[in-house]
Parts: sequence; C-alpha cells; structure tokens
Amino acid sequence: MSLKIGLLHSLIRPEEKLLIKEFRKHSGVELEMIDDRKLSFNLGRDRFDLDVLLERCINHSRALHGLRLFESAGVRCVNSSAVATVCGDKILTSVHLQEHGVPQPEVRIAFTEESTLEAIEEMGYPVVLKPAVGSWGRLLAKVNDRDAAETILEHKAILGSYHHSIFYIQQYVEKTGRDIRSFVIGDECIAAIYRYSDHWITNTARGGRAENCPVTDELGDLSERACRAVGGGIVAVDLFETPGGLLVNEVNYTMEFRNSIDTTGVNIPGLVVEHVLKVAAEEQERKGAA
Amino acid sequence: MVECPVCGAVFELEDDAVEGELITCAECGTELEVTSVDPPAVAEAPSEEEDWGE
Repeated sequence: MSLKIGLLHSLIRPEEKLLIKEFRKHSGVELEMIDDRKLSFNLGRDRFDLDVLLERCINHSRALHGLRLFESAGVRCVNSSAVATVCGDKILTSVHLQEHGVPQPEVRIAFTEESTLEAIEEMGYPVVLKPAVGSWGRLLAKVNDRDAAETILEHKAILGSYHHSIFYIQQYVEKTGRDIRSFVIGDECIAAIYRYSDHWITNTARGGRAENCPVTDELGDLSERACRAVGGGIVAVDLFETPGGLLVNEVNYTMEFRNSIDTTGVNIPGLVVEHVLKVAAEEQERKGAA
Repeated sequence: MVECPVCGAVFELEDDAVEGELITCAECGTELEVTSVDPPAVAEAPSEEEDWGE
C-alpha cells in the first residue's frame, strides 16, 4: 500500500523543490501538493486521504492554523500544530526552553513601555528587542543605551500593531562574528553550520555566510534537548557560543536549508523525507490496527 | 516560452519547473512565480509579508 503524503506549501522555494525531488526518489509514495492559497476548510466535514501532511508554508499564520485544521480532520502533521505554536512565538519558545532546563540568554518580557524600560535598565545595555512573532531577523533592535530604548519602545507602541507592544527583551550576546544553526530531524541532530556576518544579525536570509560546524557532543545534545523542549520533530536551532557554553537563541519549525547542504555535506532534504515516510508508515500501521 | 512581466525578457522554464515555484528573471532580477507549467506562464511573485519566514 502506498504512502500518501501531503505537502502543504505556498510559494515553492528551493527547499520545497529539493523535498519534491527526494520524495520522487521513493517508490510507493503518492505526493499531493496542497497550495495554502487555494485551500478552504469545511470544519467537521473535511476528509483528507493522507497518511501525513508535511508543512512547508511561507506564512507562519497559515501554517499555524492550517496544521490545526488538518489535525482536526484527523491528519497527522509534521511538524505538529503544537510545535508550530511554540516555535512561532519567541515567548512560548523561551518558556518551553526554561521549563526543560535548556540554557538560553537571559530573557525578560513586559507589557508596557515603562515596565519594559525598567526591565532593560535592570538587565543592562545592550539588549535586543524582538517581536514575539517574526522571522528572518525582521524588526530586531539592538538597544545600546537608554535614549535608544525610549525611542524604540515609543515607536513600537505607537506605530506597531498590538503585537509589537508585547516586549520580548533578550540579553545581547557578543557573537564574535558568528553563531551556530543546527538541524534536528526526528530528535537527532544531523548537521550544523556556522553563520558568519559582520553585522550582529547573522541570518543567512540577511546575507550571513555559512560554513560547516562539526556536531560536537555538547552541540548535538543541546540541539536535541531544545527540539524535545518544543515538542520534537524537524527543527533548526540557533545557538550562541559563550565562554560559559552554548546558549539556545531560537528554534525554527519550517526550517530553511538551501545554504546548508553543500556546506555540511549532509543531504538534509533526503533525511527530512526519510523521517516523514517513517512517520507515515507508523501512521498507516496505526490506522490499520484501529 | 514565458515573458517576464517586468522587463519583457523571454525565456524557457526549466524542464522540472513546478507550479508555484519561485524563479528569478535572469535579465532584470525580478522574483517571479511559475503560475502554470502547461501552458507555461509566470507572474511577479508576491511581496514579502510580515509573517513570512521559518
């Protein structure tokens, strides 16, 4: 019996193209492309003939709600909506990391300009203000002094939507020009890269340069713990190197890997597909036994 | 053959192009979306939205 895989997407980026190619290498796999721009859900009446749905949306909001709706219709999803919920919100991510004892930079959260300023002053400068929901380094602000803090907080409160008035404050970690991104698939850390940049934001989406990073015991263990803390599955973990050891910065649930395959020599999309097929086979067996 | 809606450059889609794929016009660098493979068609890709990312 063939495995039926749904690939939830919007635009097809290089990552999705690579995943499609990998799925096509496997016989006995039916791949259904599901464009989130063409979807509508009929709550309680939807029937999807899928063993597993692999989420690869470009919009976080669509991924989050789409996953929950597919799960509501009885479809097993990779990643789950619970993982997307946690990883899509930096506050929830930090809460889960904290609750699972995963080291991260000092984080404070406040809800007004006044309480945020007070928290920043207690932490000491510089700090980084981040939108709780956001990606690709958008709207990150490194706050070097009180003048900058007052200005940025006022701008966020007045110009931003209410989402920007939930203030996530992270201790600034001096990165000496690089940070680390590791890739965890099915709870196993399979590869990692250094991201180099002259700018304090090192995202490769912002022009950061990638180099292979050996997966040490510390890196592998911490990455896998971070993955478990957010619910497991397929994630990319961003980490800082500090004199006291590695700290987890963020966990991404629809990971981008186009710059990391040649760099690491690891067939990341191939391993993603193998994991998805394993979950699909388990799901088919479970449904057969039910 | 498809025509870039921005600069008018004419080019062929790759053999393995898929609907929804992001491509870049080699002439003007505009990001385009493959809106159809058969018949081949492209349109300007959507602009980045606030919740795009990973």
